[in-house]
Amino acid sequence: MSVFVNKDTKVIVQGITGSTALFHTKQMLDYGTKIVGGVTPKKGGTEVEGVPVFDTVQEAVEQTGANASVIYVPAPFAADAIMEAVDAELDLAICITEHIPVMDMVKVKRYMEGKKTRLVGPNCPGVITPEECKIGIMPGYIHKKGHIGVVSRSGTLTYEAVHQLSEQGFGQSTAVGIGGDPVNGTDFIDVLKAFNEDPDTEAVMMIGEIGGTAEEEAAEWVKANMSKPVVGFIGGATAPPGKRMGHAGAIISGGKGTADEKIKIMNDCGIQVAETPAVMGETLIGVLKDKGLHDKCKTH
Amino acid sequence: MNIHEYQGKELLRKYGVAVPNGRVAYTVDEAVEAAKALGSNVSVVKAQIHAGGRGKAGGVKVAKNLDEVRTYAEEILGKTLVTHQTGPEGKEVKRLLIEEGCDIKKEYYVGLVLDRATSRVTMMASEEGGTEIEEVAAETPEKIFKEVIDPVVGLTPFQARRLAFNINIPKEYLSKAVKFMLGLYTVFEEKDCSIAEINPLVTTGDGDVLALDAKLNFDDNAVFRQKDVAEYRDLDEEDEKEIEASKHDLSYIALDGNIGCMVNGAGLAMATMDIIKHYGGDPANFLDVGGGATAEKVTEAFKIILSDSNVKGILVNIFGGIMKCDVIAEGVVEATKQVGLEIPLVVRLEGTNVDLGKKILADSGLNITAAESMADGAEKIVSSVK
Repeated sequence: MSVFVNKDTKVIVQGITGSTALFHTKQMLDYGTKIVGGVTPKKGGTEVEGVPVFDTVQEAVEQTGANASVIYVPAPFAADAIMEAVDAELDLAICITEHIPVMDMVKVKRYMEGKKTRLVGPNCPGVITPEECKIGIMPGYIHKKGHIGVVSRSGTLTYEAVHQLSEQGFGQSTAVGIGGDPVNGTDFIDVLKAFNEDPDTEAVMMIGEIGGTAEEEAAEWVKANMSKPVVGFIGGATAPPGKRMGHAGAIISGGKGTADEKIKIMNDCGIQVAETPAVMGETLIGVLKDKGLHDKCKTH
Repeated sequence: MNIHEYQGKELLRKYGVAVPNGRVAYTVDEAVEAAKALGSNVSVVKAQIHAGGRGKAGGVKVAKNLDEVRTYAEEILGKTLVTHQTGPEGKEVKRLLIEEGCDIKKEYYVGLVLDRATSRVTMMASEEGGTEIEEVAAETPEKIFKEVIDPVVGLTPFQARRLAFNINIPKEYLSKAVKFMLGLYTVFEEKDCSIAEINPLVTTGDGDVLALDAKLNFDDNAVFRQKDVAEYRDLDEEDEKEIEASKHDLSYIALDGNIGCMVNGAGLAMATMDIIKHYGGDPANFLDVGGGATAEKVTEAFKIILSDSNVKGILVNIFGGIMKCDVIAEGVVEATKQVGLEIPLVVRLEGTNVDLGKKILADSGLNITAAESMADGAEKIVSSVK
């Protein structure tokens, strides 16, 4: 078991003929992901990496039976690409593209209301269920199959955490990068909920960073609902104030958004937070031992 | 992206949002000319820097005649203003806004910002104008009113009316206040603002509702489609290294420490700063080389780090996803050769093509210390700069 993606997920690649998309399409195919098609307007009828290319998402879905999409479309056109995936009623759309204008995402979120598609990202590394399905840009080889769920706002910090876990013998059920943008699709709580319900996930590593209050809200949700242990890390404890967060931005969240504030609330809600990014894995393993889950989660 | 007050007001004026008449001046003579052309009894001489708190720092003066305009312009132009937003080094004033004075009845606050929790733009208003809105939020949060805006229909007149009533704008100003708020939202939406803050918004004895100050910030990701906004950029207001970095699509923020960092991914870059600090060191910068970096881009990143004379050592921390380790390694080798490396360099590589990357570094013949993990890298660089 896993969350969001598995060996049966059939994926189309939006923007497949771009150089980044081509590189990662090949990587995903090599990993064993079922890439059934690609979409690039005006390139329909051609083929890349043995994958048929279509002009529209709708056509690709009709022809291939795809239920998920991964989006590598350049930022100015990415919001439209997400909406095209939503319109085609895919179960899942994962948007890798970074630098999408915020107002575009505000409109996308409004467009998605009441529609069935789950959006992961944008500006995220994607989703991987080890040894079954890799959708995105993460290096596949660091992931091992297992029972730890990983959810993160940062791509490379996710790799860091996964690498630490795998090195110490703790495989992952699924790793989900929710992305670093202020407006995104799936949030921490959505993923925590899914991990909580997934019989194969025994514990969760949650990686956040400064800005916004998503970690605080997730921590409160964990305290109220989560039956599995959650361990965290927050990046940016030494980031200078005011550089990323604007003046009026601080008021909406009522002065929240610093690493200290997040770590405090996470601790208050029973989430142990790793002191440095180098001990994310170690911290989780310590908690597994305390909870008697160590042997169950040790996969290799 | 940040712009000056006078530029923000220029933009507001284009959208029918009421602002006092005013002109920009780069010299004392231009300031006097501007005041003459405005022809008002009282003029306000306002320092134009990208920071709040100018009034308290002596950057805003009310002049009752042209001689006073000259005196204040002479005083403020070239002066270094230190406010709570400039940092201790302050910012030199190179431009002035000369504005006609107005008969202020009362000051209010109106602001637009993205509310991340709802993924919507929110308009906030308060009758506690003129004070820092964070202060109001901390001390009297009940005095801040909010309207969440549906992006399909935009801010509606009834929402603007509700805000105006809530902050007790007198009835005779209502229609002008509503027009002001609707116009402000239009600017925010059409120009891809990230913040639009009017503090204070004032009612005047002449029956007007005016933006006495205007702080507009813009979404960097949308500047590509806002050519007029892009032209407002004032490079004098930015750190030279940050300007150089932005030319190469690198995300760089200068800090006070002596350990240069080159990292891929914002999260890992922040975490790298954190771990350097944890081991007793001080990061000299935040630098995210981003996703689709080329060897040239990495070379530029490396040069920018080395151009900071405070830097006594460099830690490269790369976990390759989009970024391939061999590309990073080539960039490091290339940049080191071009710039000439005289300080310790610790490189930690992991991820896509890691073996190839490590081989390139090892074969380069350069004095590069390899690190096996993030902690190892941080420890090595911290001990080598001590």
